[in-house]
Amino acid sequence: MSILKKIVSAVRGGASELGELIVDSNGTRIFEQEIRDADNYVRKAKHDLTDVMAKQMQASRQVESTRQEIRQHESYAVKALEQNDEKLALEVADKVAKLESDLEEQEAVLTAFTDHVTRLKTLVKKTERQLADYERQLSMVKTTESVQKASASISDNYASTSSRILSAKDSLERIKKRQQETYDRIGAAESLEKEEQGDLDEKLAAAGITATPKSAQDVLDRIKRGQT
Amino acid sequence: MATVDLAQRILDIGSFDGFEFDCQPIPGEIDLLQVTVSEFEDLPVFVSVTDNQILCITYLFAESDLDPSRRSDMLEEMLTLNIPMPLSSFAKIDDRYVVFGALAIGSGIEEICHEFITLTENCAEALLALEEYLK
Repeated sequence: MSILKKIVSAVRGGASELGELIVDSNGTRIFEQEIRDADNYVRKAKHDLTDVMAKQMQASRQVESTRQEIRQHESYAVKALEQNDEKLALEVADKVAKLESDLEEQEAVLTAFTDHVTRLKTLVKKTERQLADYERQLSMVKTTESVQKASASISDNYASTSSRILSAKDSLERIKKRQQETYDRIGAAESLEKEEQGDLDEKLAAAGITATPKSAQDVLDRIKRGQT
Repeated sequence: MATVDLAQRILDIGSFDGFEFDCQPIPGEIDLLQVTVSEFEDLPVFVSVTDNQILCITYLFAESDLDPSRRSDMLEEMLTLNIPMPLSSFAKIDDRYVVFGALAIGSGIEEICHEFITLTENCAEALLALEEYLK
């Protein structure tokens, strides 16, 4: 069952069951132990990884050096053949054959180390993911526990004083009253502004500074004047 | 950050964005603060600090305040309002409906104060929006 499902059923069953959830096989203590184990495992795997990676680098350098030696001896063999020294060329070829056999072994070692590095890296990633998952689950359990306890404290505290916070209706009345006051204030400010602006408009019109509104008759008169 | 430190920081800042804060510890099994925002004294914010978050909760109403015949309509409306309501979410603790917001443990005091204000405003707004479902 997912941790969330467990939390839901524990919360529904009452706080005492949540307490059991905290200490049962999926509870806090086991989680914390699992997180510590996983953390140690990751640390050890990372340590192993650096060791193996160092060995891988070493093997890789060895392979490269043997390859270079082979190329060098091949060029010696070519030079010996150019000087018609078949015997020397054969000796060099023998050396190359030995080097090639070494190279094969070294390459096998390198492949083994490379595979090991890949395996360890996958393991580290997987364990780190698991660790993050444990931490997430632990955080869910702890938060639920904390909220439950907080809720109990709040209830106890308010039960002993007054149940002020529990009355939604009272809160609503106050909120509405406050909201109405705010609206009234805004309304009053707006009407005051309108009045002041209205007075000013009238005075300006009376002084002939602003044009008075045109009536339909004015417009008709103007059109008639235009016709004559 | 411990709850005591948070309380001290709230008292130090005193007010933010034109709102004043009052902060009181609540006795109990875990450390808890009751923070009130001026003008919203009847909608206190309950604050608890856990390992990785600061949890702020305000109470809306109890199950018993609800008109039982309209319960499922109200739940649906709560779900619908959950996203439009900025920074806060609806939840239920025991038999009480709440609005809550969570902050990262490293949040600055100004962000925390902003959360208190937004949460109480959202709570007031939500009460008005859901009034029709109350008895």
